[in-house]
Amino acid sequence: MFSVYEILRDNWLLLLIGQYPSGPLGGIVATLILSVLGIVLAFPLSVLLALARLSPWRLLRWPATVLVYVVRGVPLLMVILWVYFLVPILIGRDVSGFTTMLCTLVIYEGAYLSEVVRAGIQALPKGQTEAARALGHSHLGTMWFVILPQALYNMLPSMLSQFISTIKETTLGYVINVQELTFAANQINNQLLTKPFQVFFILAMTYYVVCFSLTQLALWLERRVAHKRLGAAAVKTSEDGVSLPPPPVVVNP
Amino acid sequence: MKDFDLLAILLKPEFGAMLWHGLQETLKIAAGSWLLAMAMAVVLLVVRLTPNRLAERVVAGYVSYHRNVPTLVQLMLWYFGIFSLLPDALQGWLSVHSAETILSIVALGLCQAAYFSEDMRSGLRSIPAGQAEAARALGHGYIGSMRHVMLPQAIRNAVPALVNHSVSLFKNSSLAMAIGVAELTHAVKEIESQSFRTFEAYSMATVLYLVCSLLIMAVGGWLSRRYRIVGAR
Repeated sequence: MFSVYEILRDNWLLLLIGQYPSGPLGGIVATLILSVLGIVLAFPLSVLLALARLSPWRLLRWPATVLVYVVRGVPLLMVILWVYFLVPILIGRDVSGFTTMLCTLVIYEGAYLSEVVRAGIQALPKGQTEAARALGHSHLGTMWFVILPQALYNMLPSMLSQFISTIKETTLGYVINVQELTFAANQINNQLLTKPFQVFFILAMTYYVVCFSLTQLALWLERRVAHKRLGAAAVKTSEDGVSLPPPPVVVNP
Repeated sequence: MKDFDLLAILLKPEFGAMLWHGLQETLKIAAGSWLLAMAMAVVLLVVRLTPNRLAERVVAGYVSYHRNVPTLVQLMLWYFGIFSLLPDALQGWLSVHSAETILSIVALGLCQAAYFSEDMRSGLRSIPAGQAEAARALGHGYIGSMRHVMLPQAIRNAVPALVNHSVSLFKNSSLAMAIGVAELTHAVKEIESQSFRTFEAYSMATVLYLVCSLLIMAVGGWLSRRYRIVGAR
């Protein structure tokens, strides 16, 4: 156990920011930047994909459905290899491992997040769409002004869980030498050679602390959102005597 | 870039053999860790259902650890870390019997067990308490009410989530490449570096993975339709 403290004392900076001032940014900071950028860029893509999957036009619905199924059926590692191979060909110059990983995460998370968005949209009562259409909104207007604002709020906890998955998925950047937390731990392990268990134990615990706190945050958010929705439903029921369906549980894929 | 020519890979005996061997290894890891995960998940569920608070805490900790630590890191901890702590005799035995494969089955299986046991638990929790009370009122014992009333419904409720997680278990088998198992992704990278036919090699692997995943999803869909409770939503 003593050597765990020693390893942490000697290498905490490497685990935190990598070789930053003298080299590329790495460590936890790089992992977090990669995950945040990934989820932020994947979000608009996922809304577009979800709208395409729910759209009345077959020309939009089919390609989006195929894309989502392909991404759900292929390992992330395979997507990384494809991006690693295709992006330099498509844009005509080499890209860094960081960019490759970011593109991969946007595609992969975009597809998974679109399922979350779709579930959130479908979970809203049909009356919302019908009322908006009756008030003269177009299909897109209904989505933009009525459905999406409510659906996105209800989905906040699921989106946070998706962010946690993204953090866990950045570890695969290790395979294409992206300088993030797992890479830093492997560097330390290669220096020390004799303490593999301690090094990887530290690595696992670091991820655990980060993801566990975010999981707790997601649970808290879920209670809050559920509370707000239940409150709204209770008021509605007492007003017109019609009971609304219970709030749906959005299952994280 | 050369023309797209799938046969250049498929018809070459050594590449075909590598691909076949890789697919076998992938299926071996997926099937092995699925069985281990299911067995472990049932154990976790049973332990969690006992009224012992400490046992419940231990299971909650197990689930929390395996869900909050990336699978690749768990794999590395097993292969680089825990392997080095094992007694010499066991290390020797493992090294002879392809340690990478066995340890990746163990790591992936134990990791996925956490997800499976949570799926089963939420399947069980989705049954209203009235069902259990009604079964007890009709004279069933605890075991009887579980076997005849609760479990048949709970298992049906849990199937969609279990299928989803089985697909992700299958996809996670590709992570074993990172610790040097010669599974499908590994084989494809080898073929690519020897033949320079990147596009064809990756397409082969993608199609194989996709077919297996869609097959698992289809079987899951069939199962839940076949055993649907008539009249239930």
